Amino acid sequence: MQSTTAVIDRSAQAYPPAVVQIGVCMSTAVSAQRQQVALDFESGDVVQLLDPAGNRLADSHYDPLITDLTDDRLTALYEDLVIVRRIDTEATALQRQGELGLWPPMLGQEAAQVGSARALRSDDFVFSSYRENGVAYCRGVELVDLVRTWRGTAASGWDPYTVGMATPAVIIGAQTLHATGYAIGCKKDGVDSVAVAYFGDGATSEGDVSEAMVFAASFAAPVVFFCQNNHWAISEPVGLQAVRPIADRAPGFGIPSVRVDGNDVLAVTAVMREALKRAREGGGPTFIEAVTYRMGPHTTSDDPTRYVDPLQREEWAGRDPLARVEKYLELSDEVAAGIAQRADRVAAEFRAGCLELDDPEPLSLFDNVYATPHSGIARQRSRYSAYLEGFES
Amino acid sequence: MTELTLSKAIGTGLHRALAEDDRVVLLGEDIGTLGGVFRVTDGLLAEFGSDRVMDTPLAESAIIGTAVGLAFRGFRPVVEIQFDGFIYPGFDQIVAQVAKMHYRTGGKVRMPLTIRVPYGGGIGAVEHHSESPEAYFAHTAGLRVVTCSTPQDAHTMIRDAIACDDPVLFFEPKRRYWTKGDVDEDASYPLEKARVVVEGSDVTLLAYGPLVQTALDAAIAAGDEGISIEVIDLRSLSPLDYDTIEASVNKTGHVIITHEAAEFGGMGAELAAGITDRCFFRLEAAPQRVTGFDIPYPPARLEEHFLPDLDRILDAVDRVLGRTNSLTGWTK
Ligand SMILES: Cc1ncc(C[n+]2csc(CCOP(=O)(O)OP(=O)(O)O)c2C)c(N)n1
Repeated sequence: MQSTTAVIDRSAQAYPPAVVQIGVCMSTAVSAQRQQVALDFESGDVVQLLDPAGNRLADSHYDPLITDLTDDRLTALYEDLVIVRRIDTEATALQRQGELGLWPPMLGQEAAQVGSARALRSDDFVFSSYRENGVAYCRGVELVDLVRTWRGTAASGWDPYTVGMATPAVIIGAQTLHATGYAIGCKKDGVDSVAVAYFGDGATSEGDVSEAMVFAASFAAPVVFFCQNNHWAISEPVGLQAVRPIADRAPGFGIPSVRVDGNDVLAVTAVMREALKRAREGGGPTFIEAVTYRMGPHTTSDDPTRYVDPLQREEWAGRDPLARVEKYLELSDEVAAGIAQRADRVAAEFRAGCLELDDPEPLSLFDNVYATPHSGIARQRSRYSAYLEGFES
Repeated sequence: MTELTLSKAIGTGLHRALAEDDRVVLLGEDIGTLGGVFRVTDGLLAEFGSDRVMDTPLAESAIIGTAVGLAFRGFRPVVEIQFDGFIYPGFDQIVAQVAKMHYRTGGKVRMPLTIRVPYGGGIGAVEHHSESPEAYFAHTAGLRVVTCSTPQDAHTMIRDAIACDDPVLFFEPKRRYWTKGDVDEDASYPLEKARVVVEGSDVTLLAYGPLVQTALDAAIAAGDEGISIEVIDLRSLSPLDYDTIEASVNKTGHVIITHEAAEFGGMGAELAAGITDRCFFRLEAAPQRVTGFDIPYPPARLEEHFLPDLDRILDAVDRVLGRTNSLTGWTK
């Protein structure tokens, strides 16, 4: 458990007492938010291996965890980043064209999602929220399956068991409990698979998330709590949810935690690998706070101009997760063009699949409500069927 | 009289309540800076400040639970639950605490909370954004449950709900937020009173919230076929205004109840039983229900099949009157 203690120390030292005092009441917490953001990268508690300028920073603790990430492997990760961003922009365009009812963009969060998801094994299991389309892509979810619910043609997109990922939880925070229970099950079954819960900074305020941490700690569950702190819960700044770094909460539950630059795909991979290793070896849960930024609206229905400070957004634009890898790798034009071409192909396939999704059969309304025959549903189905036939004759 | 949308009418009602009583406080997710996801509270933070209009952390149980504490302290909290499907994390606080506090304390502690809930479907939304959970709350003793269908009612009823010393679940028909109508800000009528929207003599059609408009459309269509429908907007779901309902059913002898919520154990079941009890000898046919099916709210592309519409109400009109149905050939 030595590394555990080391990680706890990192976050424990992170914040000077002054910050704690700022958040005495709700309204001052909001004004404290900006100061806290400024501290994010100055306080030195955030794991970073690749800085925004593309410099590779040496780290004796985390470097050994990513020795296999040669330039070639990093180029492959970069391609994932490009593709998930391309999927995301295509989906936003589809929504603007009336083909999707809604879309929650992940713009800015690509490295947090790709870095963490690519660290997983196929027998691990993900429980996510709605914004984790980059994670879903990495898990092997079919492109068209990403949009079924947003187009309104199905209750969910994919079979959780074929990709090792549950379909998104829209009730904020609920999935953290599911991940914990799944992890307890893995432990009972004597396998070393790990469950991962993805959630936002806003979610950490829900009781479910705290309760999940209590259970995970009590049962030493092999679960990773992966919080993407993108600074916003719709219009609410992270400072309203937490007056200290979110990662600081976990040690109080007995869970080691770490803050990582969520826009640094190398650092995210490294901390995720460490957490997975701990879980597989019986060391129990880990809490990761990936510090990132929601560069787009909450969803396509949202109007962030009402609340986002353009200067803050601008600052984060300078920490783009793709740009730093580009600077570091200095890819040849030929390689870059190949990646762009493949991303375009994915986008075209994605769009075509979306446009082909037709409205479901009316009587499918009554499918899957129960696993076993149910006389009440059977009666409603047959009555509605007769009613619909009345229109035909 | 001013012409307002339904959402704006609630907003002006909240404004008036904040201005008139400094113990009124608003709590909810995104209600301050953003003005709420439906902009119902737009402008209120700027005018009344963050002590009165509080953007809260993202936690419904905590929002309701802290509102209970504020009520203990003599405040009049008005809580916004962002969407119908997100009320459940706060369900325990509502049914186990808010609803029972007055009873538990022998009347010593009042819970004048208003819990605003945008509800119902028809907006093409994703899961958890189109639900009609009113029956859970109507089933719970200690809670008043109301819903509005016009800007006038929205304005008057939200103010009455806030002024009421009991906890009130205030359901807002989100697909009618943009409906416009004249609002007399000084109008006053009892919160419990149902409203006869159009008079008729053949069938009593009971509706509330988003379906009042649909019921009116059905009454007009039936009128073209020579059937006279009386439409009643229930407005209060707990308690129910049986005086108004009974008077109507005793006149028509036929009753149809419509709501978006599922049929099983819904408001329609309660109404059918209550009406049968009171008007048994006057009823000429069994009360008919036109409701959502007993399934989870479906994906957006299926919601037109789920939601009661004009055709399904007219079909029930035929059935309740024992007419051969032009669509299905059913007789009752
Ligand atoms: C229980 C519950 N309450 C409210 C909502 C409405 N809602 C949807 S997303 C959201 C903000 C979530 O913020 P965060 O957890 O930070 O995730 P992000 O959207 O930033 O990815 C809210 C309040 C919900 N979906 N579920």
